[in-house]
Amino acid sequence: MSDTSMEKVIPGNRPSLPPPVTESGVLGWMRHNLFSNWWDTLLTLAAIYILYLVIPPFLNWAVFDAIWQFSPEVVQDGKQPQFADCTAISSGACWIFVRARFWQFIFGFYPDEERWRVVLTFILLVGSVYGLLSQRVANKKPVAIFFFVIFPFLAFFLLHGGLGLPEVPTSRWGGIMLTLIIAGIGILFSLPLGILLALGRRSQLPIVHLLCVLFIEFARGVPLVTILFMANIMLPLFLPPQFEPDILLRILVGVTMFASAYMAEVIRGGLQALPKGQYEGAMAMGLGYWQMMRLVIMPQALRVAIPGIVNNFISLTQDTTLVAIVGLYDFLNIVRAGSRDSNWIGTEMEGYVFCAFVYWVFCFAMSRYSMHIERKLHTGHKRH
Amino acid sequence: MSNAQPAAGEMIVTDEVMIQLAGVNKWYGQFHVLKEIDLTVMKGERIVICGPSGSGKSTLIRCINRLEEHQRGKIMVDGVELTHDLKNIEKVRREVGMVFQHFNLFPHLTVLENLTLAPIWVKKVPKREAEETAMHYLNRVKIPEQAQKYPGQLSGGQQQRVAIARSLCMSPKVMLFDEPTSALDPEMIKEVLDVMIELAQSGMTMICVTHEMGFARTVANRVIFMDRGEIIEQNEPEEFFNNPQSDRTKLFLSQILHH
Ligand SMILES: Nc1ncnc2c1ncn2[C@@H]1O[C@H](COP(=O)(O)OP(=O)(O)O)[C@@H](O)[C@H]1O
Ligand SMILES: [Mg+2]
Repeated sequence: MSDTSMEKVIPGNRPSLPPPVTESGVLGWMRHNLFSNWWDTLLTLAAIYILYLVIPPFLNWAVFDAIWQFSPEVVQDGKQPQFADCTAISSGACWIFVRARFWQFIFGFYPDEERWRVVLTFILLVGSVYGLLSQRVANKKPVAIFFFVIFPFLAFFLLHGGLGLPEVPTSRWGGIMLTLIIAGIGILFSLPLGILLALGRRSQLPIVHLLCVLFIEFARGVPLVTILFMANIMLPLFLPPQFEPDILLRILVGVTMFASAYMAEVIRGGLQALPKGQYEGAMAMGLGYWQMMRLVIMPQALRVAIPGIVNNFISLTQDTTLVAIVGLYDFLNIVRAGSRDSNWIGTEMEGYVFCAFVYWVFCFAMSRYSMHIERKLHTGHKRH
Repeated sequence: MSNAQPAAGEMIVTDEVMIQLAGVNKWYGQFHVLKEIDLTVMKGERIVICGPSGSGKSTLIRCINRLEEHQRGKIMVDGVELTHDLKNIEKVRREVGMVFQHFNLFPHLTVLENLTLAPIWVKKVPKREAEETAMHYLNRVKIPEQAQKYPGQLSGGQQQRVAIARSLCMSPKVMLFDEPTSALDPEMIKEVLDVMIELAQSGMTMICVTHEMGFARTVANRVIFMDRGEIIEQNEPEEFFNNPQSDRTKLFLSQILHH
């Protein structure tokens, strides 16, 4: 007898074998996932046919037949490019439109010579957010103080003016800059407000509970458009006439209210996922209510709620397009306005595709980042 | 007589009152869960509470650190009366440690962070000092090498020992245990009981809800039997086990000793 057959018979000495290899590789995967029975096969073929109908024409239009730049003759002697120049050459996408309007799409009507202020604000923002989130920065305290205490004022004076900088009224803000400002402020304020509302909704104090429920259910029960109209038209009615808040400020208040109600519900879900024992463990050790919430409950509840929170961030970013309805030129609105310009009539398609692409990049990045965080937290503590 | 463990009488019980419950009543809605409970616990005393499931044992000890609120009667812990006064409640909780059936460790914090959280935030101990204390107690429960792990990476017995160490880090005057071994696999029960026995020998005032009768015999000064929200009888362990007075106690003992 050979050694291997001996090993098989002696219990307790059986070697660990690799699992049986039945289907592996690309073909195995395809057979398993795409063609496992006739119905799957039919669906797979139908899907392939639809992709064949849609994708090549789109790629032709958007890439292969598209016009990315004019030959010098077309734009000689300072002539403004226009859509007709494109159609004269090709039936593909006229990306010249986006190029011609690019800086306006980013800054709106912000004066050219002041745009560095927006860029500086943006760099400070990205830098401090990176400092807060990155693991490479060990001491987050100075970053946090800068971001939460100094930066808001700095950003206000940089963007709006004052302290020697010429004023740029909010009516001139627009484009991606405005979209990011509305989404960013909504995100930044809706998270803490949402936490407070969620805690309030679970509070034992009847008044606090009632107020939070009323607020949340009101803000969730009314479409954002309605809230924006109300913020725009009704808010001034309640306030003394000499105190008329800026229209952008009104919109920011409305968007933040709306977003924090949704945030509150997502966080409440996270809170409900925690077993009662976590509260009891914290209380039994003498932690007060706010300490317990800050140190024990919220870190866990927020982890559970991350997918929902990021989902809210993404919807909020997309919902900012609704501010067009009260006359603000956010990114989508300014692109639409651009393709209504007499030089560019007919470029709606280019505008919308470009918009879709930019929004997709922002939202996809957020989505990937949230998945990254979830994975990271998951490896920290495996069970529980 | 065996003398492997010191007998209960050898451990010091003072004549200083640590905990006093007088005429305590509690209701959950219409359900009368604690009925006229009178109980005095001396400093250094070790009490085991047993009784059928649902008899109110957990509720009773949870009233002592106000995780539950009693509606009538008086509870004093180390001279502080438990009322709605939040200051008093937090004062009592700082002095009373509690160990739960399901450990209730904080899964997002490492073992060391679990141990230092309350000392740092509640007692304002400097971080360095809190960590030294924590390592001292981790040594005492014999798992110093687990300090940097997360609770989810430990076995049940290890988690429960961490939970005990976590309470000890607050230097409590009293320790409450609510069925600390009943969620554990059999082979882990001993390691937790050993830690508790050692704690008892160090003179800690303890109230343990447990059905570990060997533990009760070894360390308890008094065993209390509860049923349907009442204290039915209490006695020294030998007397309690060998010569139970009421029929309900006899029935209960026969059930847990012959299962
Ligand atoms: N929060 C609660 N609400 C209503 N009834 C409860 C609650 N907690 C416990 N009870 C009831 O009170 C009784 C005593 O519970 P408990 O003190 O946990 O018993 P034991 O620990 O002795 O098993 C049980 O009948 C239980 O169902
Ligand atoms: Mg119980």
